[in-house]
Amino acid sequence: MAFFTRTPFGRKKRPQSAVSDGLWKKCDGCKQTVYQADIEENMQVCPNCGHHYRIQSLARIELLVDSGSFEMTHANITADDPLEFSVGKETYAERIGRARKQSGLNEALVTGMARIEGVRCALGCMDSTFVMASMGSAVGEKFCRLVKDAIVNKVPLIMISASGGARMQEGILALMQMAKTADAVRQINEAGLPYIVVQTDPTSGGVFASFANLGDVTIAEPKAYIGFAGARLIEGAFGIKLPEGFQRAEYQRDNGFVDEIVTRPEMRAYLGKLLRYLAPSADKDLENYTPEKEEPAMATAASGTEEEA
Amino acid sequence: MQLKLSRKATDVVLPFEKPLIELEEQIAAAETEEERAALGKELDALRVTVFEGITPWERVLLARHPRRPRMREFVAQIFEDFVELHGDRALGDDSAMVAGIARFHGRTVFVVGQQKGVDTDEKVKCNFGMAHPEGYRKAHRVFRMAERLGHPIITLVDTPAAHPGIEAEAHGQGYAIAYNLLESFKINTPILSIILSEGGSGGALAIAVGDRIAMFENAVYVICPPERCAEILWRDVEKKELAASALRVSATDLKALGVIDMILKEPNGGAHRDIAGAAQSMEEEIAAFLEGVDQGNWQLKARQERFQQMGQWLENAPVLVQEPSGDGDGAKAELGESASAVDEEAAGTTE
Repeated sequence: MAFFTRTPFGRKKRPQSAVSDGLWKKCDGCKQTVYQADIEENMQVCPNCGHHYRIQSLARIELLVDSGSFEMTHANITADDPLEFSVGKETYAERIGRARKQSGLNEALVTGMARIEGVRCALGCMDSTFVMASMGSAVGEKFCRLVKDAIVNKVPLIMISASGGARMQEGILALMQMAKTADAVRQINEAGLPYIVVQTDPTSGGVFASFANLGDVTIAEPKAYIGFAGARLIEGAFGIKLPEGFQRAEYQRDNGFVDEIVTRPEMRAYLGKLLRYLAPSADKDLENYTPEKEEPAMATAASGTEEEA
Repeated sequence: MQLKLSRKATDVVLPFEKPLIELEEQIAAAETEEERAALGKELDALRVTVFEGITPWERVLLARHPRRPRMREFVAQIFEDFVELHGDRALGDDSAMVAGIARFHGRTVFVVGQQKGVDTDEKVKCNFGMAHPEGYRKAHRVFRMAERLGHPIITLVDTPAAHPGIEAEAHGQGYAIAYNLLESFKINTPILSIILSEGGSGGALAIAVGDRIAMFENAVYVICPPERCAEILWRDVEKKELAASALRVSATDLKALGVIDMILKEPNGGAHRDIAGAAQSMEEEIAAFLEGVDQGNWQLKARQERFQQMGQWLENAPVLVQEPSGDGDGAKAELGESASAVDEEAAGTTE
């Protein structure tokens, strides 16, 4: 009966060795084999289907800000080990050491001041290569200082979120960062400055239930995982299968929690527009601003085929 | 309002409680006064040993003891004439979150807290104290009312977590909690938060941003259930005892970390053995808090500043990376792999 069932034998042979070499990649979105360099050149977006891969914070900042305008702040803040936590032989301090090596960063949140299309802003970007961008005391403190910098300089705050949630190795103190960062958002609200959140894959748990969900304007990258309780936890707790697209960016938008889905290639222009409309300093910042040379339009799902040349 | 308090405290016995219960039974069966007195002394000594030697995991079990007094029982014991308020004025009413107006020593207070339920029917009805977004919105509505009308708020925290489920997500669980946290720093009226037994993650914190935070001595307050922590960090749910001790869940730990202000004494053997005794501890705490408020020891700004102080970090790490140069050839982002390797570790860490 299984006459028409596809067998491995019948499948098109894939260039396995090249895939493992990292030259080619089977896309997580369209399952097509894609030249890895094409993805990298295309802001880590699949030129074939538009699947957004995760991207490290510094690379993302580079894609967003005006060339050379980013000034990193509070870069020497890092995690302490208040509970003297360890898992097996590895202490939390060692775990942080490993994360610093993996990411080249001191914490899961990079902060700084920047210009986007000429307009000044405070910019925060989380990095999922650092302990899954979980929020401990150092991330909470850096966020609060970033808010203060925005207030002192009277500029908008753009926060690019990505996080697995609160950092368990800091126990209750990590939980308290949810309240601490929410209070910082109150401060920027009361200062009358715009707070823009860009939710990226994944934004969940304690970060989703605090500062990442309190933006004046909240935008999200396509298909990003965005939700409070982990999908596996919900499935496990109730023995149910979750509907397709559950806790994705589009789901959050349809339920009323995200203003707009913006693709990575469009992100800079979108944020630039918001800043021009909302930043108190926009007119002044733009007085002497000459737009950078436009780069050729980035390939998306629609225009991807042109790349073949 | 009278609530049934007739349930037996000893029909569920935790392993470490056993010797105590057995000794109590012996006392009850003792024939002479002398024998009773001798056994009573023995019991007191044993109780000290048992409760001092309690492990963090046993403490979690004690905090989750099915017979621990619940929010509504405390309300019935401590406040006069509780007037319950229902509904979030948007979607519905959440039985896991109880809110209302009550009288305490001749003054009006607002009370908000999670109800875990006493018997099976009630537990199911109030979802084991796990609130939906509707519950957090109801709490917020009542907070705002208390502020506008100028009355203090008492929050009674008793929840394993905010409800993890499809509807809760669709209705904005993350937003509801985040919004409550932010608004808690604007509610310009005194707030006293009391952790009754289980303070579980963001679902607890959403109503626990108080000017003063008290906690029963056998309660726990956690970032996530130790089982979940064990599953994620140790990749083995059986390591829950290790996780419970590593997470520092007890009232003493939390006081040392500056997260709570006050540990409320429980009667001998724990709150479930003597609800009235536990209620008395709480009543004294509320009275002391309100007295402080009357003397002017209260400021919204202090609540904000207190939470801004929370956490412990280092300031002097050498900076490992250069700023992005902006010339297009800076740090190369890695494709998925390195991120997904740690995916398991922190996916949904708070819940």
